[in-house]
Amino acid sequence: MLLIACPWCGEREELEFHYGGQAHVPYPADPSALSDAEWGEYLFVRDNPKGPFAERWSHTAGCRRWFSVVRDTVTHEILAVQSSRSVAAGQPKPVITP
Amino acid sequence: MTEQHPMPPSHPAPDRLPGRLPHGGRVDRSAPLRFSYDGVPYTGLRGDTLASALLANGLLHTAPSLYRGRPRGIVTAGVEEPNALVQLDGPCSEPMQLATTVELYEGLSATGLPGRGRLDPAPDESVYDKRNVHTDVLVVGGGPAGLAAALAAGRSGARVILVDDQPELGGSLLCGSLLGGSLLGDREEIAGGPALAWVDAVRAELSAQPDTRILTRSTATGYYDHNYLLVAEHRTDHLGPHPVPGVSRQRLWHIRARRVVLATGAHERPMVFAGNDLPGVMSAAAVRGYVNRYAVLPGRRAVVLTTNDHAYATALALVSAGAEVPALVDTRPEPPTALVEAARRAGIEVLTGSAVVGTRGDSTRGDARVAAVRIAALDADDAIRGPVREVACDLLAVSGGWSPAVQLWSQSQGTLRYDGDLAAFVPDRAAQRVDSAGAARGVPDLGGCLDDGFAAGARAADLAGFPVAVPATPPVSGDARPSRPRPVWIVPGEEGDPADWQDHFVDLQRDATVADVQRAIRAGMRSVEHIKRYTTIGTAHDQGRASGVSSTGVIARLLGAGSPGEVGTTTFRGPYVPVSFALLAGRERGALFDPVRTTAIHPWHVEHGALFENVGQWKRPWYYPRPGEDLEAAVLRECRAAREGVAVMDATTLGKIDVIGPDAGAFLNRVYTNGFTKLAVGAARYGVMCRPDGMVFDDGVTLRLADDHFIMTTTTGNAAGVLEWLEEWLQTEWPELRVRFTSVTEQWATVAVVGPGSREVVAAVAPELDVSNDAFPFMTARETRLASGVPARICRISFSGELAFEINVASWYGLSTWESVMQAGEPLGITPYGTETMHVLRAEKGYPIVGQDTDGTVTPQDLGMEWVVSKQKDFLGRRSFQRADTARTDRRQLVGLLPLDPAVLLPEGAQLVSDADAPVPTRPLGHVTSSYRSAALGRTFALALVAGGRERLGETVYAPLPGGVIAVTVTDSVLYDPKGTRRDG
Repeated sequence: MLLIACPWCGEREELEFHYGGQAHVPYPADPSALSDAEWGEYLFVRDNPKGPFAERWSHTAGCRRWFSVVRDTVTHEILAVQSSRSVAAGQPKPVITP
Repeated sequence: MTEQHPMPPSHPAPDRLPGRLPHGGRVDRSAPLRFSYDGVPYTGLRGDTLASALLANGLLHTAPSLYRGRPRGIVTAGVEEPNALVQLDGPCSEPMQLATTVELYEGLSATGLPGRGRLDPAPDESVYDKRNVHTDVLVVGGGPAGLAAALAAGRSGARVILVDDQPELGGSLLCGSLLGGSLLGDREEIAGGPALAWVDAVRAELSAQPDTRILTRSTATGYYDHNYLLVAEHRTDHLGPHPVPGVSRQRLWHIRARRVVLATGAHERPMVFAGNDLPGVMSAAAVRGYVNRYAVLPGRRAVVLTTNDHAYATALALVSAGAEVPALVDTRPEPPTALVEAARRAGIEVLTGSAVVGTRGDSTRGDARVAAVRIAALDADDAIRGPVREVACDLLAVSGGWSPAVQLWSQSQGTLRYDGDLAAFVPDRAAQRVDSAGAARGVPDLGGCLDDGFAAGARAADLAGFPVAVPATPPVSGDARPSRPRPVWIVPGEEGDPADWQDHFVDLQRDATVADVQRAIRAGMRSVEHIKRYTTIGTAHDQGRASGVSSTGVIARLLGAGSPGEVGTTTFRGPYVPVSFALLAGRERGALFDPVRTTAIHPWHVEHGALFENVGQWKRPWYYPRPGEDLEAAVLRECRAAREGVAVMDATTLGKIDVIGPDAGAFLNRVYTNGFTKLAVGAARYGVMCRPDGMVFDDGVTLRLADDHFIMTTTTGNAAGVLEWLEEWLQTEWPELRVRFTSVTEQWATVAVVGPGSREVVAAVAPELDVSNDAFPFMTARETRLASGVPARICRISFSGELAFEINVASWYGLSTWESVMQAGEPLGITPYGTETMHVLRAEKGYPIVGQDTDGTVTPQDLGMEWVVSKQKDFLGRRSFQRADTARTDRRQLVGLLPLDPAVLLPEGAQLVSDADAPVPTRPLGHVTSSYRSAALGRTFALALVAGGRERLGETVYAPLPGGVIAVTVTDSVLYDPKGTRRDG
């Protein structure tokens, strides 16, 4: 079980959180402008790297905030945590050097 | 399955084994304990394990092997034991316990098990509990390295937990020589005194530290992500099988540690030679432990076979204890001179460069046990060279080398490397915040283990934020650094080749031999994981704790690999030792298994005989049977009341979310397929939510209370999921929207009054409200004060097609409001109804239930709800309705089904086909999602998802079922009051 540092509440057990899949996959600004293939890519295709992976979590049983973490999918080490507010504010994604 | 019974108790006469020594050991001679094994009474001492007590009574034999029925005996003195499985009797008997780890208690009763236990159907009345703790440093293992690590870390002021599986600390030191002034030089000393005196001093210092906790009789069984470990603590097992009032029997510790030190020690390996499973072939370290710790001599005349220095101490301990040691067989051509001389001084003949190549049993007394061993010299390629010599003995003590206990290290995802000098797999790169120390990482001597433990403990404290100096290691004697071992992975048989060696056992529990491994290799397998699965080696109760590395050695040898390192080990998984389900369950059993949610009105439902249905964690009334009624009769009656009179349902469990803020309407417009910005204050609207893929996710009625305040309802089981969904979109995609969500499900109680008589009832309970259709139309809400004075919000919403009102009050008024509705409705025969009737009523109207009539592949259009999908605005899922897949005409669509025989009820989930005679397998058209008997229709009916269903209205399709084929007519999904004439009363 992971120990996840919620940006608002601090370190909590994984069972307080829900997983939200890959982070930084924005909802397309104009879905109607996309081809079926592009829309399908947005809906269904996600990265599955061996190594650092930016993903979203929600502190469901705590503050209900969504935030992003960078987790190494091999070791499960959490390399970075970013609040959704900073994500939404257009701050740069964490730089990942494998 | 045939019950396998252990060997008849043809135990050897007690005079065969010397049994208890007259002095020494860590057993309490003033505390005799009576026990029985296989029904025969014996006596042991406090401090014994069941195994040592059996040996003290002259018993060596365990139950025979599971597959081949071969006689077997006690092999080890710990968790790596492959043979000595027992069932412990008690109020709830415990299967698959190890005699080598069961502490003896007064009245213990055990039966030997041949590798398979029996689960006792009796309830276990003991309490099992759990604790969750955080610590700075967790030290696993209370031997020399672990004690040193805990001491160093504890001195830093860090929070320290020390875990050890034995009743007392000391680890391997407990098995050292305790005979004062041993002439033979195997007495271990630390800081100028007996090693166990140092252990006592360390324990005293640790106990005095305020933030150090010592857990004995506790095994770290699993090492998970982020330094999360499970520790199984046995709290009262050693007191007997009965529950001890006020004390949990076992406790599962969930420990989150900043740093971990694994000082788990090492297991002695067996050796693989012909007849190595004969009773009387034991681990050399275990023999030394039995002699020194338990004062039990397992044989009178012992041969020692070793690949390394450690077994010399066993040979000397045996001689000190009065046994005869005719030969010590060392695989090394040139063992250390000092050891050889010490052995010879004790009268032991040392045979170097040799091995035991076979055993001979004694069958004259009807109990096979070792009577002689056959010894031969080996050449550099491990081949037998020269003559074979037979030496009579009743015990063969074997040391095949030492395997660091790397199970937890590997579970933590740390890597291993093969160390040729140690002939062992040792920890290499850590994957978590962990170090291993002492014998667990291949440090072979006492002084080295202390050094290593002190350093690891100080480092762990330091890295956890508690800098501390490394304590100076005290002087140590009695355990010199050993010289290089010579592993012999397969001692060849005197005849044949590996394919013939069916008595060269690799895994005793699985009766797996060199011949089995050879067969796996000949079948083309090369990977240790494949060979493990083919031969089942390492898959039994002991999980290869002792035999794992030996089997790797055997595989390497048969594959012609350069070293076992090229073959590697199998994957280690938790639990390290078996853990009972009762412990894993802890207190989370029965009523505490899962939280139960009840509404404010629940006591009334209970009092009035409702049967309940679990909906998520909610208990919802299912139906209210009257005397003599079954489900069917009660539901027909409840439905009739709702359609013809007045009925009432507790609708409190529907999810309710307050949506508040200037952009609340704009937000709802994006998540619902239909529009919400123009909804008038005081009006309600049904909405459907889709995921971006266009599939229905939830539905419900949302009410606008003010320009900036909506209250949304969700399906009962999906309330938390919807709230999370709303938060996700708000926080991650539309943070500019000024809106906030609050779950208010439990703040409001909802009483749904349904049926033609509902207006009269509501008028009585809400006298200030004009309930006429003109003043209070469908899909609107009114705030009012009930006759009781309770403020209420009443909505005209219907989930049945009938005139209906939902009265919402603060939940603490829920019960009294329900009771006042019942009272007001009494003259009209108001009838309470449950979820089953609710389902029938809504299904008659073709209202789908998300999650029952949908499954994540269904669009609103599939449900026939084009009207709920806006053409004017964008919303989640809209783009997907232009995808080719959602435009297919053969998509499964919601339709009604009427069985041709109106009495036949379709089972929900039944598959539907167009041709009843089509050969199977055939592609189904769809399946039944809901199926009921209808009082209103006077017949059975169903809802179903059917491919191109709306094009099939009037067609006959078939449900092939085990009892025969049911023919049904496809109809529109709305079967009752299709024009909607009833909702306004």
